[in-house]
Amino acid sequence: MAVFLHHQNQQEANRSPDSTQKPQETGVPRVRSRGGSAAGAGAGTGGGGDSGGGGGGNGTSPEQNGQPPAAPAPRVVEREEEEDEELTLKYGAKHVIMLFVPVTLCMVVVVATIKSVSFYTQNDGQRLIYTPFPEDTDTVGQRALNSILNATIMITVIIVMTLVLVMLYKYRCYKVIQGWLFLSSLLLLFFFSYIYLKEVFKTYNLAMDYVTLAIIIWNFGVVGMMCIHWKGPLRLQQAYLIMISALMALVFIKYLPEWTAWLILAVISVYDLLAVLCPKGPLRILVETAQERNEPIFPALIYSCKMDNILVMSHSPTRRLLFKPNWYLFSAPLASPVPSSPSQDDGGFTQSWVSQQEHRLGPLQSTDETRREIQQMPSARPPVEEDDEERGVKLGLGDFIFYSMLVGKASATASGDWNTTLACFVAILIGLCLTLLLLAIFKKALPALPISIFFGLVFYFATDNLVRPFMDKLALHQFYI
Amino acid sequence: LTLCWFFYLAIGHHIPIYTQCLILVISNKESAAQQKGLLIFGVVLSVLLQETFRFAYYKLLKKANEGLLTLSQEETMPISIRQLAYVSGLGFGFMSGAFSVVNILADSAGPGTVGIHGDSQHYFLSSAFMTMAIILLHMFWGVVFFDACEKQRWWAVGAVVISHLLVSCLTFQNPEYVASLVPTYVILFLMGVWAFYSAGGSLKNLKLCLTCKDKDLLLANHRPR
Repeated sequence: MAVFLHHQNQQEANRSPDSTQKPQETGVPRVRSRGGSAAGAGAGTGGGGDSGGGGGGNGTSPEQNGQPPAAPAPRVVEREEEEDEELTLKYGAKHVIMLFVPVTLCMVVVVATIKSVSFYTQNDGQRLIYTPFPEDTDTVGQRALNSILNATIMITVIIVMTLVLVMLYKYRCYKVIQGWLFLSSLLLLFFFSYIYLKEVFKTYNLAMDYVTLAIIIWNFGVVGMMCIHWKGPLRLQQAYLIMISALMALVFIKYLPEWTAWLILAVISVYDLLAVLCPKGPLRILVETAQERNEPIFPALIYSCKMDNILVMSHSPTRRLLFKPNWYLFSAPLASPVPSSPSQDDGGFTQSWVSQQEHRLGPLQSTDETRREIQQMPSARPPVEEDDEERGVKLGLGDFIFYSMLVGKASATASGDWNTTLACFVAILIGLCLTLLLLAIFKKALPALPISIFFGLVFYFATDNLVRPFMDKLALHQFYI
Repeated sequence: LTLCWFFYLAIGHHIPIYTQCLILVISNKESAAQQKGLLIFGVVLSVLLQETFRFAYYKLLKKANEGLLTLSQEETMPISIRQLAYVSGLGFGFMSGAFSVVNILADSAGPGTVGIHGDSQHYFLSSAFMTMAIILLHMFWGVVFFDACEKQRWWAVGAVVISHLLVSCLTFQNPEYVASLVPTYVILFLMGVWAFYSAGGSLKNLKLCLTCKDKDLLLANHRPR
């Protein structure tokens, strides 16, 4: 998803006109990995800004809208550049660690649930509407074909969603988008957590009456909505974001058949890579539109580990990925809920929601405009105090979801059990580290999802097929290497 | 920063295991006795690969550290080579131990009887002790190895490799735990003492540290630029 490294004061200073700045560099050391392109998955890493001491701007005039130009621009820029670089390297590792903890927590929750609650690994025969081809076929070839078709459908859906989002944004249907997001997080916090709690109680054979359950779910949901969409203590908000990411990953693990899931992970990583590194894409249109209008792009649902209070971005709900499962669950067996946007086929809900997600996820490449826009506080939001040295790291929730999904799938389906899970876990963390490192080095927009997912997949298949027999034999004889 | 490196190193330890397994899988279809022979060969190869990677890590970390130092223009290194040695050893040990023992742990929580087919009753216990020894050993080996590389003492590097091989080969006798565990712990103790001395410790340091008297000594690891 998106990984942001904020450097607020830099931002202000770098606002000054700077025609020499390359678009990719940002005065703001903003490392941004965005997940997925328009399709709504994946994370792109907006690299630019780490050492972009040099003015935040592209040098184009719209850049400076709303931002007071700094007085001595070039010198400030240079100095800040050096400082930025140092600070980035110094604090980069700290931020990496700060990201490790929530990602690890999310994965731990998912793996713990998978291992103990059998509901999420049972094959009930239910499928998401967008993966209609079954995988329990007679021949391997048929199964492969089905999974490829499933993955194709899913990716197409994602792309369509993103386009719709861009359209919606272009035609200024902000209320619709916001309503979508609100409803989706509502669904997630109430419905999915109800199911989760129900299954946990079933597993541990605990009796609970509906009244108590209703009270618990109600409180959980309402506090969650408040924390995510409005204000709340940072830790609580982080906890909620982790929980909903875990819930979403669990839904994915349950409803995506095996080969389809791996294929989707791979395709989404590739798509993310392409979407971020290729110059064309719906998200780019989104960014440029936002730039033209000089509006802040709605920040996506982003996990933030702010060092100080503040800022932003964590207020917008959900990623597109969060939306997707909702969509599926709605479309398939249930009737669609009250659509907040009228003219969609299946409960409208999701599409504008997804497009909002896309929209919110923002540009894959973090240009100065986008950075600035996002860092600007919209007037509707509560005022943000900015400290001088305010730094925070933000990671998009889609990343959480996909990472957890990979690890969860590995622990659910691998026969080597814990070795595979451990290997995938470490692989993803290494991918995350490398992504942030590459970001600091290249200062370019890079996707965050592909590296981690690629490592994760490689390590999963390698461990499952190569390491497991070896380690099993070693453990049998108690040989140690 | 330390943690960061730790993870890198942890993952790095996987690599020799993977290459090892690849080799094994390729040469797979033998009889039972040959299987065991192949396994032993695999273990030896794996140990050698691990030590090679440890050396590679040393080179890599040294370069990275120097790079970091030049970039940050600070007085002291952000992380000293000794800390790196410790972290590297810890990473290796952690991953090695985890891979060895986590499946056993998971099985130990489930229903079953230890040694029902006539194997040893002390499987879990000995596995636990062995894993602990291996983890600590990796840590000590890391410290000694890096220190020896720094001071260009190649005999020490060879000693580390040989002791690793020795410990692995001791585990070949494994249903007879006395023969494998006791020498392993002896080696562990010796390596521990060696690592302690090569990391700059001494009896005096130890006393000062334990009585919390001298804080400056604890910072002695940071080398000035």
